[in-house]
Amino acid sequence: MAYGHYDAAGMAARRHRAIKILLAGGFGVGKTTLVGAVSEIKPLRTEELLTERSKRTDSTAGVEGKTTTTVAMDFGRITLRDDLVLYLFGTPGQERFWFMWDELALGALGSVVLADTRRLADCFPAIDYFERREIPFVVALNCFEGARRYSTEDVRLALDLEPGLPIIMCDARSRESAKDVLISLVEHVLAHADEPAYP
Amino acid sequence: MPSNDERWLDAEAGPVVRPYALTQGRTRHAGEAFDLVATVSATGGRVADPGALAPEHMSVLQLSRVPTTVVDIASDVDLPLGVVRILLADLRELGLVAIRAPVSAKPRQIDRNTLREVLHGLRAL
Repeated sequence: MAYGHYDAAGMAARRHRAIKILLAGGFGVGKTTLVGAVSEIKPLRTEELLTERSKRTDSTAGVEGKTTTTVAMDFGRITLRDDLVLYLFGTPGQERFWFMWDELALGALGSVVLADTRRLADCFPAIDYFERREIPFVVALNCFEGARRYSTEDVRLALDLEPGLPIIMCDARSRESAKDVLISLVEHVLAHADEPAYP
Repeated sequence: MPSNDERWLDAEAGPVVRPYALTQGRTRHAGEAFDLVATVSATGGRVADPGALAPEHMSVLQLSRVPTTVVDIASDVDLPLGVVRILLADLRELGLVAIRAPVSAKPRQIDRNTLREVLHGLRAL
């Protein structure tokens, strides 16, 4: 993709690499907890899409500001090297924020679907979304205290997941555990990097 | 009883200036679209007409003196992503910043070497 002229600043910017990873799952499943366990959390305000929608139904110029609603979200930032930074985006769970997903998913390394075994159905839409778009993902089961433990194979059956798709037990509060989840995702993506669909 | 003017100027009312007032009501930016993790860097070019730039343009420009992503800039200046995109596109038009696509702008196109670097980096955390 052409991004303007190749001057000195452009060269410096090219060496700076930013990688996106998505974190999806139902409300209250621990997305923010997991992001916070492994990265620096930064706040982000977005609101443009609600504005775009309003523009279609309202021809009066200059009133866009009246219909915008700020959507607050957090993202995580992990500096792996000076020139390599990982960004973790917890996708807003509610369906009305799904417009954000397409942008977040574009060019992403892959996604983690965080699930709670007590409310497995909450992650169906996320799994459906990533399968349809062929975005690689792993499923992480956040093991809440007091929740009955299921085997990963029970969960695979319940979620109708392919045999090779990694399902990991995790504790979203633990840095090591959150790290392992991300490592599983990257390993999964690397393992399938030779497949024809993957250039 | 407070006058109409005073009544709305409390913290609850939010910012006194609507975010898109900074962009003169524009909600779409000029030029090519860029990703939220695209890297922005100042070109070091001179600002020919400082009067044409808002203080927010200058804040954004200041942050991009070191290569910085669009989301980091939006978070650091505490303005909505959409507003920051418009400010960045203005600066790009003036030749003050360069905006580079991230590693991959298409799904499933991050090269194996980069994936390995990410893996090693995560293991070393």
